This record gives sequence, C-alpha cells and structure tokens, in this order.
Amino acid sequence: MTAADKLAYMANQIARAFATLPPDQAAAKTAEHINNFWEPRMRRQLFSLVAEAPDKFAATVHAAVPAIRPPPQAA
Amino acid sequence: MTLIQETDFGTPAAAAERTVALEIDGIPVTVPEGTSVMRAAMAAGIAVPKLCATDSLEAFGSCRLCLVEIEGRNGTPASCTTPVAPGLKVATQTPRLKQLRRGVMELYISDHPLDCLTCAANGDCELQDMAGAVGLREVRYGSDGADHLHQPKDESNPYFTFDPAKCIVCSRCVRACEEVQGTFALTIGQRGFESHVSAGMDEAFLDSECVSCGACVQACPTATLIEKTVIETGQPEHSAVTTCAYCGVGCTFKAEMRGSELVRMVPHKDGKANRGHSCVKGRFAWGYASHPDRILNPMIRAAIDEPWQEVSWDQAIAHTAAEFRRIQAKYGRGAIGGITSSRCTNEETYLVQKLVRAGFGNNNVDTCARVCHSPTGYGLKTTFGTSAGTQDFDSVEHTDVAMIIGANPTDGHPVFASRLKKRLRAGARLIVIDPRRTDIVRSPHVEAAFHLALRPGTNVAVLNALAHVIVTEGLVNESFVRERCDWDAFQDWAAFVARPDNSPEALEAATGVAAADIRGAARLYATGGNSAIYYGLGVTEHSQGSTTVMAIANLAMATGNLGRPGVGVNPLRGQNNVQGACDMGSFPHELPGYRHISDDATRQLFDELWGVALDPEPGLRIPNMLDAAVEGSFKGIYIQGEDILQSDPDTHHVAAGLAAMECVVVQDLFLNETANYAHVFLPGSTFLEKDGTFTNAERRISRVRKMMPSRSGLADWEITVALARALDCPMPYDHPAQIMDEIARVTPTFAGVSFARLDALGSIQWPCNQAAPDGTPVMHIGGFTRGRGLFVVTDYVATDERSTSRFPLLLTTGRILSQYNVGAQTRRTANVAWHPEDVLEIHPHDAEVRGIRDGGWVKLASRAGATSLRARITDRVAPGVVYTTFHHPDTQANVVTTDYSDWATNCPEYKVTAVQVSPSNGPTAWQADYRAQARMSRRVAGEAAE
Ligand code: SF4
Ligand code: SF4
Ligand code: SF4
Ligand code: FES
Repeated sequence: MTAADKLAYMANQIARAFATLPPDQAAAKTAEHINNFWEPRMRRQLFSLVAEAPDKFAATVHAAVPAIRPPPQAA
Repeated sequence: MTLIQETDFGTPAAAAERTVALEIDGIPVTVPEGTSVMRAAMAAGIAVPKLCATDSLEAFGSCRLCLVEIEGRNGTPASCTTPVAPGLKVATQTPRLKQLRRGVMELYISDHPLDCLTCAANGDCELQDMAGAVGLREVRYGSDGADHLHQPKDESNPYFTFDPAKCIVCSRCVRACEEVQGTFALTIGQRGFESHVSAGMDEAFLDSECVSCGACVQACPTATLIEKTVIETGQPEHSAVTTCAYCGVGCTFKAEMRGSELVRMVPHKDGKANRGHSCVKGRFAWGYASHPDRILNPMIRAAIDEPWQEVSWDQAIAHTAAEFRRIQAKYGRGAIGGITSSRCTNEETYLVQKLVRAGFGNNNVDTCARVCHSPTGYGLKTTFGTSAGTQDFDSVEHTDVAMIIGANPTDGHPVFASRLKKRLRAGARLIVIDPRRTDIVRSPHVEAAFHLALRPGTNVAVLNALAHVIVTEGLVNESFVRERCDWDAFQDWAAFVARPDNSPEALEAATGVAAADIRGAARLYATGGNSAIYYGLGVTEHSQGSTTVMAIANLAMATGNLGRPGVGVNPLRGQNNVQGACDMGSFPHELPGYRHISDDATRQLFDELWGVALDPEPGLRIPNMLDAAVEGSFKGIYIQGEDILQSDPDTHHVAAGLAAMECVVVQDLFLNETANYAHVFLPGSTFLEKDGTFTNAERRISRVRKMMPSRSGLADWEITVALARALDCPMPYDHPAQIMDEIARVTPTFAGVSFARLDALGSIQWPCNQAAPDGTPVMHIGGFTRGRGLFVVTDYVATDERSTSRFPLLLTTGRILSQYNVGAQTRRTANVAWHPEDVLEIHPHDAEVRGIRDGGWVKLASRAGATSLRARITDRVAPGVVYTTFHHPDTQANVVTTDYSDWATNCPEYKVTAVQVSPSNGPTAWQADYRAQARMSRRVAGEAAE
C-alpha cells in the first residue's frame, strides 16, 4: 500500500468499526478516535488527502472530518 | 547476604478453616483440619526425619523414615500420611522409632555411593542430613551384594544430570513431574530391586517428553537430579529473591550465587505467581548474560555500512544528544522519538517516556505492546475502565470452566499452564478456541471439552455466536447485568447478538466451526460454575483485535463472570514487563496510569513535577513512526531493548523506515537485527545487574534485585539518565527506588507502592493505594473502575487479508516453549537443543498436493515477501492453515507478514497472512543477502577510538 492508501485504509477501518451506530454517532466516534490517537502530522495528511482524493474515504469519514481537530501550526 | 533457606513442611498446607488441637512431643499445637502430623510437628518446630515427603507434593508414604508413635494407637504410622485428629498425643522420638529409622537409613546407605566429600550435593543433600538426623553410625551390610552403583549417568539434558547410582527411588521426581508440572514424563519402572526412575520409555531425558522445567530436580532429595552448574561451580553461598526476565507470568526466583557468579535460579516457594514452580527459560536459560556476543562498550558510527567504533560512555552520550538536537533543529521537534522496552524495569520504561515527553518535547513514545497487547488496553479500558487483567493466578484454583482463546499457555506461559492443568485434572472443564490443536487441547489427563478450531481471522464471529446462544437461550445473568452494567448498552448489544446472522448456524461457513460445538461451549461457559477467560495474542494480533477483546469482556459481563475469585478476563502477557511498560505511560497518547495526554489536569501534574509544558497532542505509534520515516519527517529514534526489525511485521517496510533515519540508537545486550541499521549502540544490562521492578500479567509488581555489577558499567536506567542530562532534562535519581517514589506520587493506582513496601510484602498487585494498602488481587469486586460495565456492539468484519488463488493458505504465527520472542536471549543458551530453527507446520493434505516432504525446505511467500524454512507435516493445523514461529533471524517470518493492523491500535495482524508454500532448495536470495548485510553491519573496528 502507498502511504496515502494506508492512511485512508486506517481511517475507513475506524469508521467501519462504528458502522452499527446511527450515522451521526458513528461520525462522532470516528472523529473522537482519530483525535485521541492520531498524531498531528497524520491528521494533517488526512485533511489534505480527503481534499485531494475524496473517493478514497467512506461516507462516515467525510462526516467525521469537521469534528477532527486541526493540527496545531507549529507541530 | 546469606543463602535463603526455605522451610520444608513435608506436606502441602491444608485449606480447611476448622482447626484441630493436638500435642506433639508434649508441645501443644493447633493446625487446620486435614493437616498431616508431619506438618503439624513442623509447625511446632519439630522436624520429623523424612525422605519421600516434601511440601510441594502430596504425601506418598514410601520411605518409612517419618514414623511416629501415637498414644492409644497400635504400630508406628507414617507421619506424612497420617492426618491430625483432636487430642492426639504424638511422640516423634522414642527408642523404638530411633531403631526403626536407623534400620531404614542403613538400607538406603548400603546401596548408595559413599562419596559425600566429592559429591556435588555435599551440604545440600537430604539423604546426608537424614543420616545425621537418625544418628546412623554404621552400615552392617557388606559391599559385595548387588547394588546400583555403576549405572551410567544420563547427561543428555543440557542443564541437569541424572545419576541413577545415587537414586533412592523415593519417586519425588515422578510426582513432581505429574503434580507440579503436569507433563507425566517420568515413571518408576519395574519393581523391587529393579525399580528405577525412567524418563519416557526408558529414554534419555532429552529424547523424552520432558520439557526441562526443573521441578524434578527441585524435588530430588539427593544428587541424582542436579543442575550441571552446581556440579561445575559448587554449592551457592548467598542468594536474593528476584523475578524472571522472560514471560508475563513473572515467576519469583532465588538467584543463588557464589561470589559474583550465578550458580542457579531456584523457583521461590513464596512467589505468588508461580508458587515454587518454573519453566525451562527462567530456571535454566540465563546463560546469555555471560555470552561472548554481549557488547560491553558503547559504539558509534557515521553510517550503517561502516564498522562500529568503540567509544567511552561520555562520548557515546554526547554524540547521541548532539545528533538528536541537530535533527530536531533541522526537521522539527517531532522528528525524533523513543521506544520503551517490555523487557526492562518499570523504572526504566518510566524514564524513557519521561525523556521523550520532557526531553524531546513530543509524545513520540511507544512500546512493543503496540505489536502485542495494545488492543487489550483499548478493549478493557472501554468496557471495564482498566487496561489490565482482572484476576491473580491463584484465581484459577477456584475456576470450574476455563476458556482459552488464542493462547498457547503450555508454550507461552508454562507455569500458568501447569497451574491450570492441575485444576483441570481436579475436574475443571476446558474450552479452547484456536485454529491449531495446541498441547493443552489434549495432554496427559487433560482433554478439552470443546476445541473450536476456527479459521484464522474469525474470532469476533465465534464470540458473537457464543453470545448469541447465551442471549437467545436465556443464559444471561440478568441480575448481575442490571446491578453492575450499563443497561441500555446491554440491550443494544443483546439485540445485536440475537440477530439471526449472529447465530452459530449462520456463521458456521465463515468460522469453520460446527454450530453444535459453539452451542455446547456457550452453554458450558454460561452455566458451568465459575468461568474464566484466558487469552493471548491470537486475540489481539488481528484487524479486529480490539473488537475481540471487547467481545470477550461482553461475554464475561453477560454471564456475571467478574468480580470474584475463579472468574474474570485474563490477558496472558507475552514479555515479562508488558503490563508494566503500559502502566508506565509508554503509549504515545497516555501518561503513566493510562491518563490521556490531552487531559489538562493530568498534564499539569507532570508539568509541575518535571518543570516543562508537555505537548497535549498524541504522538506517533511505532508503525506511524516507520511510515513517517519512509516519508521523510521522522529521523531519529532511541530504542531501549527492542528488536523491531525482527519482531515487527513487514520486515521490508521496517528496514526501509530504519534506513531512512539519520540517528538510530539501539540500547541492548547484543547487536540485534535492528542494530544492523543503528548509528549508536549503547550496551545494556541484564536483569541480574540492576535493581528495579517488573509487573506481570496479574498486575503484580515484583522486585528485580541486582546480583552482580553491570558488565557494561551502567544499568539501563543510568544510561537514560545520562542521555537526559546531556539533553538538559533533569533526572535527579541515584537509585531506582527514587524513580518508583516519583511514579507513586503521580500515579493514583501506584500510590502505595515503594521498594520498602515491596520488600515487606514480597509483591503488590496494583491498584495499591489508601483504599487497598496491600494491593488488589481481584478487580471490579462490587463495581467496575469505570462505574458501570459497558457492553459494546462487536460487529464481525472479515479481514481484507484473504486467501486467493495466488496465496491460498492462511499463515498464523506463534511461539514455542524453549524460545522467547525474537530469541536474542534464548538462542544464546542451550535451549537451542529443543528448537534449533523455525519450521513451518503444514497439514498432510496441503503438503501432499504440493509435493512437500517432512523436513524438506519450502518457500513461504505472501504479497509482502518470501522466506524459506523447513516443513513439518502435522495435523495439528487444519487444512488450509500453516503455522510458524519467529524466534530465528535466519528465517525472519515477518518478511511475509503484512501491514494490516487492528483498527483501533494499529496492532499488526500477525495471525492472518495469505501465503503460498512450495518446495524449495534452501534459503532465498533475500535471506542470503540479509545474512551478508548483517555480517557487514556487525563489524567492529579493531581498536577503541579514544
Ligand atoms: S524437568 Fe520437568 S518435565 Fe522434565 S522430567 Fe523433570 S519435572 Fe518432568
Ligand atoms: S531421582 Fe531423586 S527424586 Fe527421583 S526417585 Fe531418585 S532420589 Fe528420588
Ligand atoms: S513461566 Fe515465564 S516467568 Fe516463569 S520461569 Fe518460565 S519464562 Fe520465567
Ligand atoms: S516421609 Fe513419610 S514415608 Fe517418607
């Protein structure tokens, strides 16, 4: 897998783990998980990848993006 | 220091609460009902002579040395087999008894070599002691009768000898192998004068089923079974209690020394994890500590194709600090990180995470638990509120049904396996969920009621099917759930698992497990009494590892199997200090005590203590570090006692990540595989050379005691302190006890822990605080740490790693008893006698269609890579499944494992890889190149650079 594919794969995998929840909760849980466990540069890559290649991501990930914490500037 | 002498009470303690009062040699004594007269006498301070009795074994009554007289009873009963009774008046010394005992001893000695002065057991021989105790003064039988004095020794076992000439046929060894170890390798063959101890079918020990646990050696009262190191070095003269540095059972040992030389490791009877037992690794496999491969001087080099240059500690530390600062100045604060070691002490892992957070100024710290039990942390924290197992090992003595999921305790956690097997022989039932028929499924006097040989990767499906049966057949413990758990979450979960698509019948095709077996196992688990789940890496190392852990927690909550002895959810930890490394804040998102780095109050506590402002953002996990390295933003790493190149998945990717870094620092005993890519090597110390603590799988914190000076000059904690000081990160410690004091100050679950308390109590299970000053053997009594237990819906998602026409088989990996992890230690001991190389287990059918013969070379290929090894044809694995171990760098099983990982924690999916197997002529080109590169990389320049 390329680095981009791997990152997208990981995000989709998280979203899939919450798939039995109602969509808004699944998105919130996905965002919370990424906020808790992803280092800022991974989140930065996620934001750019979602913009560049939206097709790589499941709907839940798209729905989660607004709740994902933007990485701090300096890091 | 003196030699610790443990009292042998002759027979095991009785568990009864009712007591009995009696009189022995005029001394009144009160003991629990069921106690033997021999043990009662010992409690009164009277040692009755004995030979066939020892308190780790049930009384046998064969030597007739322990005879006593009892007022009002005829004859001279054996005190070891006679239970106490109220009002008994026992005499242990009378003229008649003296004469009888002398007669018995005379017979023993008449067929025993009289070479006490040159015998290795001189001074530690019960036969010698008893001759003295009974006052033996002459042996009237001539030396011309038949005797056993010229029988040859069996020296086949690398660690102990068997000298039949010295055997008194007391059968303590036979009983130890049965009762303590549960292997049944020994018998007493033939009868009368011909009777003798026989390993297997009169085989050499090494060729028999003997697993070299040492229980028989421990039990033998003579020099018949004795450690080779005692023969070579002589009797030890001082000892201290310490903790095994191998697996997560955390056995307590006495390290017995002569001067600064270790003579032997003897399992400690007071050890609460092992209760006097051991396995071959902790008992015997410590020779690596003095192996010539050990690196004793720090070394540096500018590039990995250059030979190493030996330097002083000061130079090595200054160089490392300068490199790390240079990298951070050039690439940013987040361009470096560290890995803590699950083989190092709590104090040492605490310091490494402190160095990263306070010294490096980021949270890029991780530990090898990433690749083993990180899903346990996530899953149990989510459901129960605590990232740890719920029980102590003693709990198994109260278990009626043991369910083992994805664990192979007889190989991975041998002393726990022996304790479990003892319980199973006493009538507890067993359910095993594993793709492979592990030894515990069927072994002497143990047979699993159910072995669910599932297809690799379908754990969640099987657990959901078990839950389906429990919910739909009305087997839920509703009062427990209502009282203790989140009821709404339970209802969501119950509705989910009750769905027809979660029934055993619906999932049969996916899991490969017969629905009837799932139903039977579910009923047994839910209704069989105290049910306990023990699980291992076969649960965690999957794409759905965290989900599986939560599914296990759901089952235990639904059936009320939590919060008392005999039940619970018990992760069997791989390495000795995995639990401790996790507790100490080794994860990039968590400070010590599992508190999230984004929590302001927790951070403030550390900010104040360490005088820095910690970064509130989670750091990189090991796989993320390697990804970031390949992509160019991560350039330096400090690796304490881990070998990620060999142990982590997808070797090519790990190698690429390491090769892309500018400063890789490896701190280890040996030039491990990762060190082939290192620029700085800092020589570490073994567990014998430092003070500290380890925390085992039952949350038990035990002392590690320094037995000899550090051979490289610095203990691992001192190396981290030196590096921190060079980076202007203050670490004002002179002794690990001070580090533990700091841990206790900032970690609520450790609040009551100190070296002084550990010395007083022997060991402590956290939480240890005001509410539980002596620690907590069983967790969640009366309530969960998180308040109400949380059921989580665990939807089964098939892994994307599927067998295809190109890669039609599924590979799963594991371990073997004699080897440990990457084998860096055990490969450098005589344990290689049992496992000289990794082999590939393949089912006869799969072998036949491929033209593979037993012992022949095969190529094992996946989409990630290929390696070669020898095949072993066996029906232990199901058709379609192959299995190997990862102990040998020559094989590098992880060349074939892939980059798939657990959704929540990135724990790699070691347990499922689609592969093809084909006959081959020998090692692959990759293996040959790897060996050449390793050889090149390990060159050390002739002279020190100073
Ligand atoms: S070493 Fe252990 S397994 Fe081997 S014979 Fe002795 S008790 Fe049995
Ligand atoms: S080998 Fe030792 S323990 Fe075994 S029967 Fe002989 S003397 Fe007893
Ligand atoms: S069971 Fe584990 S802790 Fe105990 S001796 Fe063996 S390796 Fe060491
Ligand atoms: S010790 Fe009691 S009969 Fe041997």
